[in-house]
Amino acid sequence: MPEPKPPVVSMRGVSKSYGRSLAVDGLDLDVPAGQCFGLLGPNGAGKTTTLRMIYGAARPSAGTVAVFGRDVARHGRAVRAQLGVTLQDNVLIETATARENMEIFGRHYLLDAETIARRVGTLVEFLQLGAHADMIVRRLSGGFKRRLAVALSLMNMPELLILDEPTTGLDPNVRQGLWSRIRALRAAGTTVLITTHYMDEAERLCDRVVIMTRGRAIADDAPAALIAAHLAREAIEFDCDEAEGERFLAGLDDAVPHLRTGDRLMAFADDAGWLQEALRALDGGDRRPFVLRPANLEDVFLSLSGTRLDEEG
Amino acid sequence: MDVSPRHAWSVWRRNATLYRRTWKFNILPNFFEPVFYLTAIGIGVGAYISEIGGMRYIEFLTPGLLAVAAMHGASFEVTYNVYVRIHFEKAYDGMLTTPVGPDDILIGELLWSMTRSLFYGGGFFIVAALFGLVPFPGGLAALVVIPLAGLLFAAIGLAFTMRIPFIDLFSFYFTLFLTPLFLFSDVFFPIRERLPGAWLIVAEALPLLHPVRLARSAFLGEWGWVALWDVGYILAVSAVLLEFARRGVRKRMMS
Ligand SMILES: Nc1ncnc2c1ncn2[C@@H]1O[C@H](COP(=O)(O)OP(=O)(O)OP(=O)(O)O)[C@@H](O)[C@H]1O
Ligand SMILES: [Mg+2]
Repeated sequence: MPEPKPPVVSMRGVSKSYGRSLAVDGLDLDVPAGQCFGLLGPNGAGKTTTLRMIYGAARPSAGTVAVFGRDVARHGRAVRAQLGVTLQDNVLIETATARENMEIFGRHYLLDAETIARRVGTLVEFLQLGAHADMIVRRLSGGFKRRLAVALSLMNMPELLILDEPTTGLDPNVRQGLWSRIRALRAAGTTVLITTHYMDEAERLCDRVVIMTRGRAIADDAPAALIAAHLAREAIEFDCDEAEGERFLAGLDDAVPHLRTGDRLMAFADDAGWLQEALRALDGGDRRPFVLRPANLEDVFLSLSGTRLDEEG
Repeated sequence: MDVSPRHAWSVWRRNATLYRRTWKFNILPNFFEPVFYLTAIGIGVGAYISEIGGMRYIEFLTPGLLAVAAMHGASFEVTYNVYVRIHFEKAYDGMLTTPVGPDDILIGELLWSMTRSLFYGGGFFIVAALFGLVPFPGGLAALVVIPLAGLLFAAIGLAFTMRIPFIDLFSFYFTLFLTPLFLFSDVFFPIRERLPGAWLIVAEALPLLHPVRLARSAFLGEWGWVALWDVGYILAVSAVLLEFARRGVRKRMMS
């Protein structure tokens, strides 16, 4: 049997405090080589801070971060030479063309002019920048800017690609396009570490996800395994107020896992057919619509991270 | 310091690439400004002041203004431009995802602002030479003063920029710091003849005095021991302030 590869990123007991507040709190994290790894969590959970510690832009207050087996605190420059980062907010030179942006970035990696020209050509094609490559960045649409930001992080052909919310604010076409690029990179052996607020995206792209809240990892597994472990295979979703909901749940023979977001109640079961029947019977003559669907990562996320807005951060 | 010269150079090249797009608009004022100064003072003020320290007033003034041009060239770059790159363009956040480190950024910015001071000071030098105000070949030594003044004022500006919390403080930097320096550093009048003894010691602490005195020595071809003190001051103060700026970058960018 081949030796299992050591993890690309390995964090042990990592905390990061800003003044009195803890952005990351005793995090242990392993990103396996060659996988697409998702870092999920509500706003302020500490995702970006975690990524910054991985590429060495932030020093942990406690704990150790090793990337490619090397301590980032001591070998930051060497580590960054092997990874690429797309930041949450695009950092682009607005007054230069897309091509110039890539050339300037390539020089930060000490690539020679010939290599830069070749890579720019490849990336313009890979991310379908086309004629936009020679436009001033200020004139590009959000989708093209985001693709350019991803292109910059690929200039050095990284072994580890870090993407902080790469698809936020993009239209469905551009999103799908980026997904297929990410899959292609992963297939070619790149390890991808991605954060996102779109659970469908994480479910489709990621081999494994970690869910963070308040700086801690509260779940760490393959999406399907998380769904199986925390909820059940199927979900029934319907509108009702809290008192009605109580009545529905009390009327069932068995207790079922459930979740409420606003006026919407979701109940879970491995085979939800009987649940749908039972709920419809309890509904009397109201005939409200009960939606039966597969349980998904979003359900797990909501059930684990809390569903009230005041729980943010 | 953990400086990789090639990474620092990539930061210099970044700025140079962007400057090239607009160099015509950036370079031209460098030439107009000294033309206006030298004309106004040569034909205007100079007509009322016949001699100062044994030379024509405009001859007294020219080396001082050369140092001032170098000071301004570096100062604009390390104040507003660097601030915008940090806070608005987030350029350093981008660079710090690459092997470029914070010290490389600092040195790259320093070298670039010294380059800008060379454009400014060099522009002034050429115009002054065309006015016949530069003694050859001795005056050529004043060209070395330009990067020295650039270094000093880049270091001062970077130390300030890396530490201030908001951009409006630059108006203090220019009006309460650079303007008095401009007026009280031997540029317009010989401070030895006008300031009482105690103030002369205070004046030695002012940064602009040193490049001004060096430039004047070069123009006069008269070098004394004080030139060593001037060069020593520039190097030492720059080193201390760069270290201060370096800690500022780390604190600001890597927290
Ligand atoms: N430089 C900083 N100074 C002070 N507090 C910070 C700093 N950076 C992050 N924080 C705080 O740390 C916490 C985690 O922030 P972080 O940006 O890592 O969250 P996130 O999971 O990326 O959120 P989002 O999904 O909104 O991007 C937040 O409470 C944030 O306010
Ligand atoms: Mg974030």
